[in-house]
Amino acid sequence: MNPDVIIVGAGIIGNSCAYYLTKKGYKVLVLEKSDIIGDGGSSRNGGGVRQSGRDPRELPLAMYGIENLWPTLSEELDSDVEYHKEGNLRLGKTEEHLKILEGLANRAQACGLDVHMIDGDEVRQINPYLSDEVIGASWCPTDGHANPLRATLAYYRAARRLGAQYITGVSVLGLKKVKGKVRQVITDNGIYEADHIVLCNGLGARPVAGTVGIDLPMMSVMLYALVTEAEPPMFNQMLGTAEADFYGHQTNHGSFVFGGSTNFEPVAKDNGTPVIMANAAPCICRGILKYFPMLADAKIVRTWAGWMDQMMDGVPVIDNISEVPGLTIAAGFTGHGFGIAPAVGTVVSELVNGDPTSADISGLKYDRFKTKI
Amino acid sequence: MSKVTDRSRDIGPFVPGPDDDMIICRCEEITKGEIRQAVHDGMWNMAEIRRYLRCTMGLCQGQTCGKLVKGIVASELGIRPNELEFQTSRAPMRPTEMHVFANEEEAKIK
Repeated sequence: MNPDVIIVGAGIIGNSCAYYLTKKGYKVLVLEKSDIIGDGGSSRNGGGVRQSGRDPRELPLAMYGIENLWPTLSEELDSDVEYHKEGNLRLGKTEEHLKILEGLANRAQACGLDVHMIDGDEVRQINPYLSDEVIGASWCPTDGHANPLRATLAYYRAARRLGAQYITGVSVLGLKKVKGKVRQVITDNGIYEADHIVLCNGLGARPVAGTVGIDLPMMSVMLYALVTEAEPPMFNQMLGTAEADFYGHQTNHGSFVFGGSTNFEPVAKDNGTPVIMANAAPCICRGILKYFPMLADAKIVRTWAGWMDQMMDGVPVIDNISEVPGLTIAAGFTGHGFGIAPAVGTVVSELVNGDPTSADISGLKYDRFKTKI
Repeated sequence: MSKVTDRSRDIGPFVPGPDDDMIICRCEEITKGEIRQAVHDGMWNMAEIRRYLRCTMGLCQGQTCGKLVKGIVASELGIRPNELEFQTSRAPMRPTEMHVFANEEEAKIK
């Protein structure tokens, strides 16, 4: 029997959509190219659940999720997603940094978010482990972090329990319309059919949407992460910097998960599998130690990398496609999809149902991209 | 290598075993029963098992228990262990202090 909805991609966005759609009573089939659930950005991100620093166009989703979904998510999914709502410090070491942070804070305040500037001493009252080089920060007390690996698999498990069907190891080659509506998903394992199709397959969304004439202007950018051995519990805030040279948090397990950049991102070597470049861990460690000199002896146990689906304007497409009735796209999350994933699943289930969305997504339309002249 | 797998395939119910309390992953203290239960929660390969339970993510990075975990997962799924791939090995080979990593630039100058 055919499903009502086919979701392409089983990352946290696809799993979250699958969960909220099955909860609404839809029969859902999820197709995943990899043998592994959540093997893309979902298991290669810093776990930030933050509103500060977000583009105003996706801020409503972040605020809706943090207000309504994250606080009860572990109970809802019957699995601990290790959510902490204990604030985000975005750190600055120079006057220039503080100017960047003030700009970000002002933009977010205009959208109704409680985020404000604090000085170096106030920063060290919140987090006494930071070095004296830190002279100020923006502070958003309602931000936080969660465990992306657990959260992705918790949505998968919960959707599966509600009856969602998952098939892994299937590559989607294209879509086909029947009588003016999207209907068929062509794969390397035959054709699957449904009334509604949702693309949540990140970088893969561009070629698939292309087969029905829709182009999503995105590119792949590599990002790195590393994790330390377990350390004694020190702090629960999410951390970032004005320079974006590193970000991270301490997990429930005790290890520190850090991400960062090196300037080599646009030219990262594609070896077919995302592996961290040799110069990345040293660069990120140098960045971290300037802020946290006391972590000098903490041992790195693993490093890894992942590809981001970076849209040309830095925010995702979440929309029904009017030229292709029955097609919904939620892709192009540009490296900050994890924190908004619960809200995205909720609004996609509303888009499929034809309902008004719980959060304003009017800035995330698929037809917003224009040439400069 | 991708292999088409329908995650709705019936693998039977979880049947508690007498050795479910046995610790398999010593670094992260994960038992055989937890690993078997995770398979029934839908975690059907080494990557999902490790991300779900943390086994093979500790100091030894699975060098001690990887084989054992793989055998348990395969047996629960009713397949041969060699049908499962090992968890991905990741750099560094041994846990390495952050200040050692950070020194790379200095070493280059000398």
